[in-house]
Amino acid sequence: MIAAPALLVLAIMAPATGVVLAFAFGGRAAEWIAIATTVAGAAIAAGIAATLWSTGLPLRYVIGDWAPPLGIALRADGLSAIMLLTSAVVMGAVVLFARETFAQRPGAPETRTPLIFWTMLMGVWAGLNAVWLAGDLFTLYVALELLTFSAVPLVSLEGKPETLVAALRYMLFALVGSVLYLLGCALLYGGYGTLDLELLAHAVRAEPVTVLAAALMTAGLAAKTALFPLHLWLPPAHAGAPAAASALLSALVVKGSFILIVRLWFDALPGVAGAGAATLLAAMGAAAIICGSIVALRQARLKLMIAYSTVAQIGYLFFLFPLAGAAGHWSRIAWTGGMMQLVAHAVAKAAMFLAAGLIGEALGHDRIAGFAGLGRALPVVMLAFGLAGMSLMGLPPSGGFVAKAMLLTASVGEGQWWWAVVILIGGLLAAGYTFRVLAPALAGGPVPLVAPIPRSRQAIVLGLAVCALLLGLVPLRPSQLLEVGRPVAMAVSR
Amino acid sequence: MTPATLYGLCSAVLVGAGLYGMLVNPQPLRKILSLNLLGSGTFLLFGVIARRGAAAGLGGDPVPQAMVITGIVVAFSATALAVALLLRVFQETGRPTLDQPAPKDGG
Repeated sequence: MIAAPALLVLAIMAPATGVVLAFAFGGRAAEWIAIATTVAGAAIAAGIAATLWSTGLPLRYVIGDWAPPLGIALRADGLSAIMLLTSAVVMGAVVLFARETFAQRPGAPETRTPLIFWTMLMGVWAGLNAVWLAGDLFTLYVALELLTFSAVPLVSLEGKPETLVAALRYMLFALVGSVLYLLGCALLYGGYGTLDLELLAHAVRAEPVTVLAAALMTAGLAAKTALFPLHLWLPPAHAGAPAAASALLSALVVKGSFILIVRLWFDALPGVAGAGAATLLAAMGAAAIICGSIVALRQARLKLMIAYSTVAQIGYLFFLFPLAGAAGHWSRIAWTGGMMQLVAHAVAKAAMFLAAGLIGEALGHDRIAGFAGLGRALPVVMLAFGLAGMSLMGLPPSGGFVAKAMLLTASVGEGQWWWAVVILIGGLLAAGYTFRVLAPALAGGPVPLVAPIPRSRQAIVLGLAVCALLLGLVPLRPSQLLEVGRPVAMAVSR
Repeated sequence: MTPATLYGLCSAVLVGAGLYGMLVNPQPLRKILSLNLLGSGTFLLFGVIARRGAAAGLGGDPVPQAMVITGIVVAFSATALAVALLLRVFQETGRPTLDQPAPKDGG
């Protein structure tokens, strides 16, 4: 029996070991190593979440017994546990889905693309788990870079010119983001002599160096999260990648840098940012919702439409900053709602991208204008697409509904009703772009399919979409698990 | 003016020049070079902080130096990956630019 804190190290080491093994054994073994890693990773995530659930206390592991500020601590609070579980679910679905796309056919010579895919998939997972668990700003920087370096090759996996350009653009945005973040780290270390989240939280004062560092880091991370107007890299990158990779990038990778902003604002530098800065972030989020959704409505190709929808859905997350900043009941509602949006969007968007992948394979194209009759040819896939769309627009019962309802009530409860208006408009626009796909698909005669789609793959997509639906059963109140390890300020008015 | 202030100002100049180059140059290679300038400024700042934070008779605070080494490794791999991508873009399109080539229909 492994001691529970050691699970935190294992959560990062399991996929990292998988990367090394897959690289060493190559080709045909990589797929099986990825599958084994997925099983192990899911078990570790479940173990950590179960421990937090039963004890109600955060887990902490000090690496090599060197206590911070000199050493490095890993921490798992409720947020880490939820994100670990979400990554495990999405990862599992993506691995099962990709087995067909990236199989090494027996008898045929080995190709390089599957090896890169499976290796980078585990690299992304190692980076993500490190982001969820890291306890200091510099480890978070390293985790973020691991995430970027694994995600960029996934974008250009097909090696087509337009995906290479998209990958390069993504890389440049990400690098500027991480250099600005590192610069902020340097300033904070210069000011306080530590980068440990807990130690910083006790030491920080709202003085110029802290504000400058926070601004630099937030700007850099916003570029990595594709917050409007820094979203330009996202649509071509996410739409150009193979469906399995797009699902991973849209569902999880952009959330990594978002969680970093959350850690920075709520954990490391509480009380440094004023209401003005929080409102500015949320205003950019509101612009993302409106602009992203409208541009999504105008796309001719399905994958680009879904990618712009990601830009829009990321916007909701930034409502967290003005709404969950204060202590009190509405803040706790907003906190749970924001995190729910994170999870619900991850599951629903992964389902949608995988559905788009199957549609693309079946038709040989993904032009929405050519979807007439698809509902008859691929009923299960279209059902999954519709269910995922339900969650994106926030219809009950779905995870998206719970998330948006909580953000909505919190914004009204805190007297910031203007965010509620944007949430409602965003829901309508999301309904618009979902129905733009569903309406032609459910009308018209049968459409000729280029390739048959095995039922097992359709079932995976439907399974994810049903998960998005089942998230709607989460009660509309502050979640106990999410508040494990939150600063006391969030829980005073219980 | 103490050496720490002087080096601190140098690092600010490097960061400023790097950021400027990054924003105004449309060519990806120049953007990558500007990024390295920006990175160098950041690493120099870590060095300044290590020197300034020296206490207890040590020549410098070792923690920022350890971070700089990690940072340099990361910046090196980032540059290598970005240049490799740029080379592939050049091989495929014949132009080392970020102009979006017209995507082929479908897929």
